Amino acid sequence: MDTEPITTSVLIKASGLGISFGARSVLSNVDICVSRGEIVTLIGPNGSGKSTLVKILLGILQADCGTIERRKGLRVGYLPQNFPLSGRIPLSVARLVALNGTARREAVVEALAETGISHLIDTDAGALSGGEFQRAMLARAILRKPDLMVLDEPVQGVDFAGEARLYRLIQEIKNRLGCGILMVSHDLHLVMGGSDKVICLNRHVCCAGVPVEVAKHPEYVRLFGPEARNFAVYTHHHDHIHDDAGHIIRVSEEDGDG
Amino acid sequence: MDNFILYALLAGLGIVLSAGPLGCFIVWRQMAFFGDTVAHAALLGVALGLLLDMDVTLGVIIITALVTLALIVLGNQRLIATDTLLGILAHAMLAFGLIAAALLTGVRVDLMGYLFGDILAISRTDLYWIYAISALVLAVTGFLWKRFLMATIHEELAMAEGVPVRDLKIVLMILTALTIATAMKVVGILLITAMLIIPAATARLFARSPEQMAALAIVAGLAGFLGGFGGAFVLDLPAGPAIVATLTLMFLTGFGAMGILQGYKNT
Repeated sequence: MDTEPITTSVLIKASGLGISFGARSVLSNVDICVSRGEIVTLIGPNGSGKSTLVKILLGILQADCGTIERRKGLRVGYLPQNFPLSGRIPLSVARLVALNGTARREAVVEALAETGISHLIDTDAGALSGGEFQRAMLARAILRKPDLMVLDEPVQGVDFAGEARLYRLIQEIKNRLGCGILMVSHDLHLVMGGSDKVICLNRHVCCAGVPVEVAKHPEYVRLFGPEARNFAVYTHHHDHIHDDAGHIIRVSEEDGDG
Repeated sequence: MDNFILYALLAGLGIVLSAGPLGCFIVWRQMAFFGDTVAHAALLGVALGLLLDMDVTLGVIIITALVTLALIVLGNQRLIATDTLLGILAHAMLAFGLIAAALLTGVRVDLMGYLFGDILAISRTDLYWIYAISALVLAVTGFLWKRFLMATIHEELAMAEGVPVRDLKIVLMILTALTIATAMKVVGILLITAMLIIPAATARLFARSPEQMAALAIVAGLAGFLGGFGGAFVLDLPAGPAIVATLTLMFLTGFGAMGILQGYKNT
């Protein structure tokens, strides 16, 4: 594969990743790269290996093949897909946010203020709503001053209006921290607009690129249905499409008839 | 005070000190059945100790360590669920332990003492074991507290942040096995897990933070131990069951009180 050296803005770069669980191949030949200041979004149907890929990149799972290069001293903030915080462990929001770190209370308050829930600092973490909990976890990620934030379905359990707010918050956090963001999402309509790069995954990389390119890719249309193209911002229902800069570009012939 | 009563009190205190914090992790991580399995294996350890004419506690530690190791290795496969494995091992070990105890000729094995505890038979050597293991458990859980907590709250998140989750799990299993190996003298093989989980469960009702829960578990354990031991002494009851019964009554009282408070709040 290409072996260009890891440049200063590149945070993590993997190529040729593959993994099987038993006889079932879950991922094969996956390339991915996240740089500082960009939002890379993984989309794909259930079981397409999105979370598995994230876990490999984070070192939670070991890939069978492929290489991963991380920037030296890369600090990662991770927001996992499932967080079964039961009432078993008594834990205030402040403790949850400061977990595995040495943050002072003022820093915790500040991080919670950034995600808009500083008033909940002494609440029992198990009593939070879905959106509040995700905000608490985002605050926790911020507190770690990450170079790279990995968000696996960050808006799950959040109502529709809350989703858009949460995505906006993620964008703001990225701008403020200047970090890179790798996000897994189902919300095509919101993701396509907010991402710098979209990777459409279905056990392999079906297509990847800027949102408008991916949205018109036949593989993408095949996976999500022709109407999914409408989710992408700036796309028209015509024989042409605008790229990010607004230039008209042609749609390929195989493109569905949505 | 008679020596054997002093020894019994000291033994109880030593066990409660480490059982509190350790019991919290067992409750949080749902390891109660693991505790039972290790405890059941202890009987085979007793037989081994008697057979090889070595310190019984050492025999128990060896066998419980082997069972722990087996569980770690077997836990890596996906065909049989962990609780099935634990169920198989728990009862198999108890069966083999009872057979071994029956086969031991020439030595009279006080089976009831091992199964339900014989606190008045605590020796000076037993006390050394109890305090050595207790000190070890407290030191290790104290030192690794934050990491244990992180690994308990979210395994994968902890892994992503560089916490050695697998190693910590093994450490916790070993500490549990060691605690059970030394504490079984007091309440017995069949009741020992109760010493770990009931004080922690009681503490959960009132605790607002993990540290509070660990501290309250020690307090609850100590109260239950003293109450049960005292009650057994006065009413001439077997001490082990009396201690567990007292712990249970405390838990139920706490639970009831919580329920009434919650109901009161909600109206």
